[in-house]
Amino acid sequence: MSARPDPEALVAGALDRVAAADGTEELRMLEAELAGKRSPLAAAKAALAGLEAGERRAAGMALNDARRRLEEAMESRRRELESSERQARLATERLDLTEAVPARRRGHLHLVTQARDRLEDTFIGMGYTVAEGPEAETDWYNFEALNFPAGHPARAMYDTFYLEWGPPESTLLRTHTSPVQVRVMERSEPPIYVVVPGRCYRVDTPDASHLPVFHQIEGLVVDRGITFGALAGTLDAFTEAYFGPGFRSRLRPSYFPFTEPSAEFDITCVFCKGEGCRTCARTGWLELGGCGMVHPNVFRAVGYDPEVWSGFAFGFGIDRLVMMRHGIDDIRELITNDVRFLRQF
Amino acid sequence: MRVPLSWLRDFTPLDLRVEEVAATLDDLGLAVESVERVGEGLDGVVVVRVLEIAAIPGADRIRAVRVDAGGPEAVPVVCGAWNFAEGDLVPLATVGTVLPGGMQIGARRMKGAPSEGMLCAPDELGLPGGHDGILVLAPGLVPGSPVAEALGLGPDTVLELEVNANRPDAMSVAGVARDLAARLGLPFALPEPARSHPPSTGDGLAPGPVSVEVEDPERCGRFVAQVVAGITVGPSPPWLAQRLARAGMRAINNVVDASNYVMLELGQPTHPYDLARLPGRGLRVRRARPGESLVTLDGVSRAVGDDDLLICDGEDQPAGIAGVMGGASAEIDEATTEVVLEAAWFDPLSVARTSRRLKLRSEASARFEKGCDWTVIDRAVARFCELLAPAGAEPVGGPVDVVGLVPDRRPVCLRVARVGELLGTSLGAEEIAGLLDPLGFTTAPAGEGVLEVALPPWRLDSTGEIDLVEEIARLYGYRRIPASVPRSPLTGGLTARQRDRRTARQILVGAGADEAWCATFVGEADLSRCGLDPAEAVVVANPLVAEQSRLRTSLLPGLLGAIAHNQRNRLGEVSLFEVGHTFRRRRSSTPDEELPDEVEALAYAAAGADATDAVAVWHLLAEGLAVADWRLEATAAPGLHPTRGATLVGDEGAVGVVGEVDPDVLAAHGIAGRVAWLELDLARLLAAPRGPDAYRPVSRFPSSDIDLAFEVDETTPAAEVEATLRRAGGPLVVGLALFDVYRGDQVGAGRRSLAWTVRFQAPDRTLTDDDVAAARHRLVAEVERRHGATLRSSAAGGREVPAGPS
Repeated sequence: MSARPDPEALVAGALDRVAAADGTEELRMLEAELAGKRSPLAAAKAALAGLEAGERRAAGMALNDARRRLEEAMESRRRELESSERQARLATERLDLTEAVPARRRGHLHLVTQARDRLEDTFIGMGYTVAEGPEAETDWYNFEALNFPAGHPARAMYDTFYLEWGPPESTLLRTHTSPVQVRVMERSEPPIYVVVPGRCYRVDTPDASHLPVFHQIEGLVVDRGITFGALAGTLDAFTEAYFGPGFRSRLRPSYFPFTEPSAEFDITCVFCKGEGCRTCARTGWLELGGCGMVHPNVFRAVGYDPEVWSGFAFGFGIDRLVMMRHGIDDIRELITNDVRFLRQF
Repeated sequence: MRVPLSWLRDFTPLDLRVEEVAATLDDLGLAVESVERVGEGLDGVVVVRVLEIAAIPGADRIRAVRVDAGGPEAVPVVCGAWNFAEGDLVPLATVGTVLPGGMQIGARRMKGAPSEGMLCAPDELGLPGGHDGILVLAPGLVPGSPVAEALGLGPDTVLELEVNANRPDAMSVAGVARDLAARLGLPFALPEPARSHPPSTGDGLAPGPVSVEVEDPERCGRFVAQVVAGITVGPSPPWLAQRLARAGMRAINNVVDASNYVMLELGQPTHPYDLARLPGRGLRVRRARPGESLVTLDGVSRAVGDDDLLICDGEDQPAGIAGVMGGASAEIDEATTEVVLEAAWFDPLSVARTSRRLKLRSEASARFEKGCDWTVIDRAVARFCELLAPAGAEPVGGPVDVVGLVPDRRPVCLRVARVGELLGTSLGAEEIAGLLDPLGFTTAPAGEGVLEVALPPWRLDSTGEIDLVEEIARLYGYRRIPASVPRSPLTGGLTARQRDRRTARQILVGAGADEAWCATFVGEADLSRCGLDPAEAVVVANPLVAEQSRLRTSLLPGLLGAIAHNQRNRLGEVSLFEVGHTFRRRRSSTPDEELPDEVEALAYAAAGADATDAVAVWHLLAEGLAVADWRLEATAAPGLHPTRGATLVGDEGAVGVVGEVDPDVLAAHGIAGRVAWLELDLARLLAAPRGPDAYRPVSRFPSSDIDLAFEVDETTPAAEVEATLRRAGGPLVVGLALFDVYRGDQVGAGRRSLAWTVRFQAPDRTLTDDDVAAARHRLVAEVERRHGATLRSSAAGGREVPAGPS
């Protein structure tokens, strides 16, 4: 007969070893050794079969109790070890997020593009579509169809780059976006509500406020019953939508061959909000662009009947708008392509 | 146009504050560019009589002068000018005066002599006449009286106006006054100089002091000549010289000044000739003959041609270019006593052409080319005579007047309702007449709702109903017109192409590139430096400088310039992009094409990156824009690295190039390192077929991966092998990733190993091992057969494979 196993003796040593386990891995091996299939506890349990019933019951209870205590000790030790191991691991993973991180650079849209997109979006919100046209143009689209007959003195208002293409002075770089008015009217029927953004060219020696290349946006509306009052109202609505509440526009008589009546339009000075400052020469207004009612001769040139349709057009410089908005005092900054400039916006 | 306020008041009783005058002018479309106070600082300057001039011991440049300043005692002054004598009347700036130039006058001693004030030269008083000597005043003035009063030189305000090209009438003080008076409801009157002699109805034949012949009545609508004798040429009276100066013109002599004064006042340019130096005592208006030339008043010899109109003398020699500038031959000088004044009306377009061709602009041409008033000529001639009368001028006979062809000014019918339709106002016939009549239009009722409007000859810009509508709006006030906002019946929005362009920009921004704006103009050298053919470029006929005489054929010159700039400034390896137009002579040279080839291009350039970066960016764009079918074809493109470049080919041909910039091109720009390059024709790219937008179900069944490594020739593009894999695998291939490229000892010379992970998946079942084995077999067989490849290894894959066909 084998000696009756002493569960207490079995467990006492095991508990010490569990308490001394130095890591979850060691503990896992201990678990197999002390409580697994080949452990002394397992052997002791198997040996119970040889005892007589009364003794077996008491021994079994003692054995179960010993196993329970051992398992509790192992579970508790495992939690302790897991926690301290996690702490240790996290400690080694510590990152100072204010240290230099690998750069992932985002690029920047050019200021002029940003302004152009915003302007387009403002007019889209007012029910306009966006039209475009070529930068190299014919005399017909740039001048003739816009009521500037050959030799017209008003052509002198537009210093024109001509291209060596076809007969002399027949092809040019557009001096304004207005040729697209003619192209749009030629290819579609009223009602027309479009804006035309784009690059234009004039013979101007570069200085702080001039470049031979610049950007304009132009609007054209042709419909029944369009009045000069509608032009004034539209520009006012645009001004408020683009610049914000409190910004107004006003019209002053001017002259463009392709509109009549013609006007310059001013907006509330963006610097002083109309109070009067140096930039606006204390008037509270800044000149933004030109506008007017489409001249009947322009309608005739595209085959519209001016007795049926009426309309207005307006245009202004995007670059100038950008300069006003961001306080840029030299337009040449816009074309340096220096990333110290480009990345500011 | 510079307009002194005091001059405006000669024609209309303006009593508004200058700010109100300026605001009114602005509102009338005569934009006020500046308001300048002038003539201040003369308060302490008085008329004095020179009593005695004495030498100062030890000084040889200055003298001691004693003057009578109207007080009980003579005033001592030290003076360095020598142009005056005892008894002369001169201006004295008394102690404490601050002169117009800011100089402050104090009492001092020079070489021991006391000086209590300063005798003044004209410029020190803000007058024309320079600094050559003290201003000697006309006799008869009272010592001690203020100089400003004595000379009629009160302080004044000068308004500088920007006059639009359609308003030559407002290029005169009277014209500006007429607008102001009409708006403000004030009376307005032109000067009424006496006209002593009736005009001779000269047709050139009538005997007169001067003969006039007009050979070209179409271009010279009216020509009036007035002879004036007995003139003593000298300086103009100070008030007149000063008015000219304030209006921005230099005083020259009384004859020329009177002519200029009349032009500024009435808008009618005139030209005085010295009759004694006008051979044949006659004037003849004719076209220039080929090869003719003359020396103009500015001393320049000018060649004229048969489109130019000349004023010739009685012997048919050129004496001036009609409407532009007089000749030097009969210029007024101090010996002149007899003058013939020309006052004419010339065809505006003719003057504009001549002025433009000769690049010669003058105050006269600026007015004639916009259209003057042929009826104001008589008044202008009389005014000239009146102004010169104090200099002894006597008209000899009446003006000789030859009338040719003047514009037809038929009255215009104005529909009252039309005004409201176009302006959005509800003005009645009476209100409209009230706005137009004060401007010189004459309105008369002409049936129900219609006015017949006679047009004033000084408003040649007004010819039709729409011009009258503008005048009505202008006089009524743009700001009083009720505003409304028309509601667009359309749906606003961008076109697909415009949306895609924005998307493309955002993709590039997301890829870390900054957007540049480069010059459209380049030089031949810029193109050559980029390996581009200058002969393809469109030429600018009138460039600002020769280095900007071509239009860019590619965005390459601009972006490389920008990269070089940033490198020079040590700003690191920049990535830039641009969307812009490029221009080319058409290669399919059809000479009747109206316009050059114009392309909206998109380019990306990354410094310090090689061709693979450009390809990677292309992948972003192609995916972002859902470009359906494209391939890379290794080609040599201008400016591109010869062995690191490819053409991007879509369904309908090339859409751009991708790769690296040629190292020689980089060296020519002084750029260190490599530059990745991508340039696309946006229109062609976005017109190409786009990826399917129908939903493809995501398979819920497991996928299986295998790795395949093939040894292939260096000349076989990986893309072709990949296409074969995709084709051979059919719809079961749901992912392909090239994960390794190996060159070295393990492979044959001129060959490399390419290894892919291929992912198989079926939409409707789990693939069996047999399925995968069969597919694998097809792939390997096809690649070996088509590309002369050999399979190096094959394994079960364990990599991540990007979803979907890439």
